[in-house]
Amino acid sequence: MKSLLTWLNPFYWLDSHISSRRRGVYTLFKKEMLRFWRVAFQTIASPIMTALLYLLIFSHVLESHVKVYDQVSYTAFLVPGLMMMSLLQNAFANSSSSLIQSKVMGNIIFLMLTPLTYMEFFVAFLAASMIRGLVVGFSIYLVALCFVDVPTVHPWWIITFALLGSALLGTFGVIAGIWADKFDQMAAFQNFVIMPLTFLSGVFYSIHSLPPFWQAVSQLNPFFYMIDGFRYGFFGQGDVSPWLSVSVVGVFLLALAWGCLKMLKSGYKLRS
Amino acid sequence: MVAAVKIQGITKHFGAFEALRGIDLTIEPGEFFALLGPNGAGKSTLINLLSGLIKPTSGQISIMGHDVQTSYQQARMALGVVPQELVFDPFFNVREMMRFQAGYFGCGPENDAWVDEVIEGLGLTDKAHTNMRQLSGGMKRRALIAQALAHKPPVIVLDEPTAGVDVELRQMLWGFIQKLNQQGHTIILTTHYLEEAETLCERIAMMKSGKIVALDTTQQLLRSHAAKQLILRLEGTVPAHLHTFIKHQKEDLVIFNLSEIAQVETILSALRQAQVTVKDMQLQEVDLEDVFLNLVGSHGGQA
Repeated sequence: MKSLLTWLNPFYWLDSHISSRRRGVYTLFKKEMLRFWRVAFQTIASPIMTALLYLLIFSHVLESHVKVYDQVSYTAFLVPGLMMMSLLQNAFANSSSSLIQSKVMGNIIFLMLTPLTYMEFFVAFLAASMIRGLVVGFSIYLVALCFVDVPTVHPWWIITFALLGSALLGTFGVIAGIWADKFDQMAAFQNFVIMPLTFLSGVFYSIHSLPPFWQAVSQLNPFFYMIDGFRYGFFGQGDVSPWLSVSVVGVFLLALAWGCLKMLKSGYKLRS
Repeated sequence: MVAAVKIQGITKHFGAFEALRGIDLTIEPGEFFALLGPNGAGKSTLINLLSGLIKPTSGQISIMGHDVQTSYQQARMALGVVPQELVFDPFFNVREMMRFQAGYFGCGPENDAWVDEVIEGLGLTDKAHTNMRQLSGGMKRRALIAQALAHKPPVIVLDEPTAGVDVELRQMLWGFIQKLNQQGHTIILTTHYLEEAETLCERIAMMKSGKIVALDTTQQLLRSHAAKQLILRLEGTVPAHLHTFIKHQKEDLVIFNLSEIAQVETILSALRQAQVTVKDMQLQEVDLEDVFLNLVGSHGGQA
């Protein structure tokens, strides 16, 4: 008799029902999912723990000093920001770390020898990255609910921005993973591009609390729109309109995905 | 019948360096074919072109009639490549990796029987659930071969599969590969061990500096490029008219190159007439290594 775990495993049903034509992309997606799931302490539990520590410390120190929106406590204000930050970082980490590891170890060759198209390659890496980002993001929400009440005024905006944000950073991760030749370059990309863009996007504050110059600078940061639109979904208020945010993020995602597909199609750094 | 591999006018430049300088080669289905050459001859470049890992500067390659550029999906479906480097995915075990590899090629659970057959055939049954990281070097090599066979490709390319592998494993591998060949799979191999090519392969291409310098059946290559060597230990001086036969001479040891067996009598009778005494005599068949060194030159690198 099959165990309950077998029946709960989503791949159990898919394994025997997926068509031969879709099996290639499905297998790569499954492999990428299992890759992070096997080390879930590192890939899921650790980022949740980090986000909760931020929440604990910042809310404790700043709760009585900072008030961003009326009727919203600073701790509650912080939750969507931390969710989005972790979601973005983990979506990026999944595709980028998988690719750079495969390149450095040399096992990327097993993918290069297959009939997978560049589009299938992209879709599989992207989907697994998005799922890791979403799992981390929403786990933080569930844990945070134990400490603070966070409303969800516009759930569809929450879902839209979560999907767009994870897709954008998953794509960014594929680009970085293909571009970087060494772990050092990847760390540079992560620490000098992704981290500043995330931290300077209003995770911990509203950009209205910044001087006019830094407000203008923040509005050039696409990450700001992801976090602001996401937060709008929770509280029904944000620094800019969610329609503006969704447009900026959407255009940015399309441009990045186009660039990434072009890279993959040309075989840049993968096939010479 | 469609050729297993058809290579037409292939050139490949890496910047100013010409790695391949016009390769034409046809390998028929079911052949056991060897690609030999010193390091840097272009063997691996040619294999990377077959598998689509790199693109040619000019020329065309097809696998089972499918162009590796324009019909790359069908071409790759027909090809299984065992890479030279001992690479592996550290996250998974042997069976998982094989299933993933088969899955990339569209093979699902219906392929599991074949996966088990390959695992068993390569002596990996005990290690099927062992993480790739924990395997010894020899076991990793077997797993690498197993992965290339996961989708049951009709054409199998092995890029130096026995480099750094002990004798026992080498024999086991060749037994398995020969069985696949008997079942109809085309086998293409590059190796540093010439005796392997000599015993296993029907046809051989020798490469040097990006070109094929010899392409023939193994027997024909051995016949046409050298025949036999007569090794003698002598007391006395070799007559001058025999010097053209001498390949090597050191003290009383003299090695004569023979193009035909009748020359043994010519040499021996000349020595008798010159009253030279034969202290020891040995007649030796020339092996592929001599042909190889003869063709690619002794400065061409190691065989």
